[in-house]
Amino acid sequence: MNTILFLILAVVAVGCGINVILQTHPISSALSLVGVMGALAVLYLQLGGEFIAAAQLIVYAGAVMVLFVFVIMLLNAGKEQKSRARIWVRWAGPPLLLLFVGAVAYVLEAALPPSPPVRFGGFDGGTVKAIGERLFTEYLLPFEVTSLLILIAIAGAIVLARKEID
Amino acid sequence: MPALPLPAETPLAWYLVLSAVLFALGVAGFLFRRNIITVFISIELMLNAVNLSFVSFSYKLKQSDGHIFSFFVMVVAAAEAAVGLAIILTVFKNRQTLEIDEVSSLKN
Amino acid sequence: MNFFVLTLIKVAVIAFVLLTTLAYLQWIERKVIAHVQLRVGPRRVGPHGLLQPLADVVKLITKEGLLPSHVSVVFYLLAPFIAVMFALISIAVIPFGPVIDVAGVRTEMGLTDLGIGVLFILAISGLGVYGVALAGWSSNNKYSLLGGLRSSAQMLSYELPMALAITAPLLLMNTLSFRELVAKQSFYYFGFLPNWAIFHCPFPQIVAFLVFLVASFAETNRVPFDLPEAEGELVAGFHTEYSSMKFASFFMAEYANMVTVSCVATLLFLGGWTPPFPAEYGSKFIPSIVHAAAALLCFYHAANPARPFDRITLPVVGVVSLGIAGVFLIPAVQPILLPLFWFGAKTGAILFLFIWVRATLPRFRYDQLMRFAWLFLFPLGMLNLLATSLAVALTAK
Repeated sequence: MNTILFLILAVVAVGCGINVILQTHPISSALSLVGVMGALAVLYLQLGGEFIAAAQLIVYAGAVMVLFVFVIMLLNAGKEQKSRARIWVRWAGPPLLLLFVGAVAYVLEAALPPSPPVRFGGFDGGTVKAIGERLFTEYLLPFEVTSLLILIAIAGAIVLARKEID
Repeated sequence: MPALPLPAETPLAWYLVLSAVLFALGVAGFLFRRNIITVFISIELMLNAVNLSFVSFSYKLKQSDGHIFSFFVMVVAAAEAAVGLAIILTVFKNRQTLEIDEVSSLKN
Repeated sequence: MNFFVLTLIKVAVIAFVLLTTLAYLQWIERKVIAHVQLRVGPRRVGPHGLLQPLADVVKLITKEGLLPSHVSVVFYLLAPFIAVMFALISIAVIPFGPVIDVAGVRTEMGLTDLGIGVLFILAISGLGVYGVALAGWSSNNKYSLLGGLRSSAQMLSYELPMALAITAPLLLMNTLSFRELVAKQSFYYFGFLPNWAIFHCPFPQIVAFLVFLVASFAETNRVPFDLPEAEGELVAGFHTEYSSMKFASFFMAEYANMVTVSCVATLLFLGGWTPPFPAEYGSKFIPSIVHAAAALLCFYHAANPARPFDRITLPVVGVVSLGIAGVFLIPAVQPILLPLFWFGAKTGAILFLFIWVRATLPRFRYDQLMRFAWLFLFPLGMLNLLATSLAVALTAK
C-alpha cells in the first residue's frame, strides 16, 4: 500500500517535472510545478513531516507559485520561440541527463548502508510541536536572521518593482 | 491480477532517486530553456528536489533537523522568488523581452 | 465495521448534507435579502419558493454550455474544476460533533481529524486562489483578466490577517487539531460561563474573532469585498465568459467557501458544538424550547395571515417544528442531535451574518479594500497576537 502510493506519487511528480521543462508556455510550466509540489507534499506526509507538508502547500504552492502565476499573467508572457539547438541535441539531451543521474543514484544507493523502509508513522518527530521546540531553541538565530532576510527581500522587491514617478 | 513484485514498504533509496531525477529535470530546464520565467521555475524545481532529500535523510536519521533545514530552504526560496520576479519585471520593462539570449548587451 | 466502508458512508452523508445546504443557502439568502429590502423574494416555484433551488439547478444544467473560440481551452475548463474541488475538500477536516455510538458502531462525527487541521484549511484556501486567477486569465478578455487579478490579489492580501487571527486562539489552546480545540473550549468558568475562545481567560479573543470575520468576508469574495465579481463593475469579473455548469461551479465554490469559513469560525472562536451553559442548568431543553417557540409563532401568524395561502403552509411548518421539538427530547438520539444543533445554530448565525451584511453594506472600492487589509487589519491582527502572547507568557505556570 505504501509502495503503490509512492509509485503513483513519483510518477505524478516526474510527469509534472517533465511537463515543466517541455511546455512552451510559462503558465503551463508554473502549473505543472504546482502539481510537483502537491505530489511532494504527500510524500512528505509519508515521511512523517506533517508540518513541512503543510508549509509546502501554504508557502510554496499557495504563495510563491501564485506570485509566479501573477507575474506571468501581468507580463502576458507568450509562448517561447523554437529553440535554435539542433534536433538531435534537443531530443537526446534530457533523456541522457536522466540516464546519467539515474546511474549515479543507483551506484550511490548500492554503496550506502541499508536504510529503514519508509512507512506512514515511522517517524514522529515532524509534528508541529517537535519542530516548534527545535526551531525556537536550537535554531533561534537562523530563524531571526531569516525573518530579517524576508524583510530585506520585501524592501528590495518593492523598490525594484515600483513605477518611476518622474 | 498477479501480485507485482513490490516491497511492502518503500526503501528510502527510492525517495533519494526521485529527488535526484527531479533535480536533474530542474538542471535540464535551467540549461535548455530560454524564457527567463521558465528558467526561474526550473530553479524552484531544483529546490523542491533538495527539500525532498532533506526530509528523506531526516527520516533515516530519526532527527527533525532535516525538516527545519527544509523549512529554511522554503523561506529563502520565497524571498528569492519575490526579488527575482521583481528583477524580471524590471528587465521586461526595459527590454520588452523575456528571452535570456536577447539580454546580452554587456557581451563582448 | 470496516474503516473504508464507514468512511464511505460518512462521505456520502456529509456530501449529501453539504450539497443540499449549498442549494438551500442560496434560497435563504434570496429570502432574507428580499425581506430586508421589504419585498418577498421567490415564491412561485413551490410554497414560499422552496423548490427554487431545484429550478435553478435544472436551468443551469440545461443551459447551453458555451466554449468561446478565443479562450485557452485547458485552463478555461480546469479553472472551475479547481475552484470547486478546493472549496469542497476542506469539509473533510471539519468535525461536526463528538464521538457517537450509532447502532453499535463507535465513530466520530466528521470525516477525519488531522493533527494539522488548521494548517490544512489555510493551505486549501491558499490553493483556491488558482481557480479564480486561471478563470480570469484563460478567458482572454480584459474584464475577466482584471477581475481575476484583483480577486486573487484580494484573496492573497486577506490571507495574512486571517492567519494572524487564527494564530491568536491557537496560542491559548496549544493545539492545531480541530477536535482538541473544541475539547479545550468545553469547560465552564464558575460552573456556568462558557470557555469559548472569545471569552477565554488570559486574553479574550474578541478582536481576533472580528478580524477573522472581516478577513473571511474578503476571502470568500462577499460584500462588501465583492468588487472583483460585482455586476456593473467589471461585467461579471472573472466568470464573465462562463455559462451553465461551469458558472454554477463558481457559485457552488463561493457558497462552499462561505460554509467552510463559518464552520472554522465556530470551531475556533465559538466553541464548536458545546452549549453556552452546562447540561445541569438545562441546556438540553433549549433546542426543544426554540422549536416549540417557532411552532407557536407559526400558529399565531397562521391565525392572521399576511397572504391567503399562509393559512395552509404556516400550520404545516408549525407542526413540523413541534415534531422536531419532540425529537430533541428523545434521550436515545440526544447525544447525536444536541451537538449538531449547537454547531448548526452557531454556523447558521455566522452565515446569517454573511447574508445580512450583503443586504446592508455598499461595496468597497479596490484601493480602499487593499488599504484596509494592509494598513488596518494586518497591524490589528499583529497587535492582537502580541497582546495574546504577552498574556500567555505572563500567566504561564
